[in-house]
Amino acid sequence: MNEMPNIEQANEMTASKISADKVQVYYGDTHAIKDVDIEIEPRTVTAFIGPSGCGKSTFLRTLNRMNDTIDICRVEGSIKIDGEDIYDPKVDPVQLRAKVGMVFQKPNPFPKSIYDNIAYGPRIHGLARNKSELDDIVSSSLQKAGLWEEVKNRLDEPGTGMSGGQQQRLCIARAIAVSPEVILMDEPCSALDPIATAKVEELIDELRENFTIVIVTHSMQQAARVSQRTAFFHLGVLVEEGPTQEIFTNPKDKRTQDYITGRFG
Amino acid sequence: MSEHTVRAFDEDLTAVAGKVAEMGGLAEKAFADAVSALVTGDTDLARATVKGDERLDTLYMEVEASVIELIARRQPMGQDLREVAAATRISNDLERVGDLAKNVAKRVLAIDSDLQSKKLAIGVEHMTELALNQLKTVLDAYTRKDAEAARRVQAADAEVDAIYTSIFRELLTYMMEDPRVITQCVHLLFCAKNIERIGDHATNIAENVYFMVTGERLPEDREKLDETSGAV
Repeated sequence: MNEMPNIEQANEMTASKISADKVQVYYGDTHAIKDVDIEIEPRTVTAFIGPSGCGKSTFLRTLNRMNDTIDICRVEGSIKIDGEDIYDPKVDPVQLRAKVGMVFQKPNPFPKSIYDNIAYGPRIHGLARNKSELDDIVSSSLQKAGLWEEVKNRLDEPGTGMSGGQQQRLCIARAIAVSPEVILMDEPCSALDPIATAKVEELIDELRENFTIVIVTHSMQQAARVSQRTAFFHLGVLVEEGPTQEIFTNPKDKRTQDYITGRFG
Repeated sequence: MSEHTVRAFDEDLTAVAGKVAEMGGLAEKAFADAVSALVTGDTDLARATVKGDERLDTLYMEVEASVIELIARRQPMGQDLREVAAATRISNDLERVGDLAKNVAKRVLAIDSDLQSKKLAIGVEHMTELALNQLKTVLDAYTRKDAEAARRVQAADAEVDAIYTSIFRELLTYMMEDPRVITQCVHLLFCAKNIERIGDHATNIAENVYFMVTGERLPEDREKLDETSGAV
């Protein structure tokens, strides 16, 4: 019996990038996330959907320990990335967040130049030895984020002066600049118009080649468009997780059915 | 299933299903009338059946337009998505059933005389009974969202095919015995083929109903009993 978990762990490591087991999150007395088990595949877009307050953003934030910043928040259970427990006391949350980047609902560029927005992370993490290496990181990050052509001639203009969609792609470029492996996105398009949204979605699809992406979205159409796997949360419980096409054409759980077809009253 | 938060969505879905059901009723009637006209040589009924197909064509286009509009406006998911997909496919099958019935009715006008011998039509009548029953059952299964009934319809299609094979052989024998009945027999043979096709459309509908209700494909395990291709 004692050997079994080791074998399972070995299998999990080859199959999943992130592996969550019996995760509980409490805000003070409130039990916000209940017993969530999920395996997140590498180089895949996984969408978290569910009504407001279902815990999808809370759970997303456990994946790079953003909840550590909230005093009354307590996380139990195990979350492993590449088989390593990210809540182990030896893990440095700052290093973890470099590996697991995050993009938020509202674009939040630093009040700095476009160049410095991207260069900030690599500088503090010591990823560039000299100016030319830093220049390379900035240009390649902006290229990967599909923003290079639009900004290459105005890198010293403030990031806050760009359009909303450009700002969001700047934030994605900023996340990419520190060479993360996982990118978490918390409703990245909710403040964007349809064209900017389409550009971000196109970008997400391209990033999938190199990154594991987890996206929380209120738009089911968006989840259907960008993700390969979808997880449905309700009242802090992970109700159902599976291939996106199955969740949207033939969900197994009544609650998922009601939600995706617009029957929650 | 409970109602949508947006009530107009329910109304749209119900309207589409209502149109498909209306098409079902019309297709059923056209089929029954066409065969009845064939057996009794009633050319008035045959003409009315040919004319009646127009309504079916109109409804078919209406279903298609409503489904496209519904997809554009509501982006249906899950069960709803399967329902609208089923509606387009089922209406397509029903429109074809109407065409096949119309073709039988046209042959009544082409024969333009009583069948020389009633016995020629007995097999066709029997086959019609079965195929019509299949069509009725599957349309019921559609409105009642009954996957099990749909599965039985699929399984029973083999019987229609088997009768078609035997009619084929029977008509062949008559034609060899008496060349004067060849024209009539060929028309009857086409009618039988049309009816067999109607049975196939009932099966298609059954498969779509099953998928609509369960989200799973109905395994295609039925035997093919139409052996006429081997008999020629």
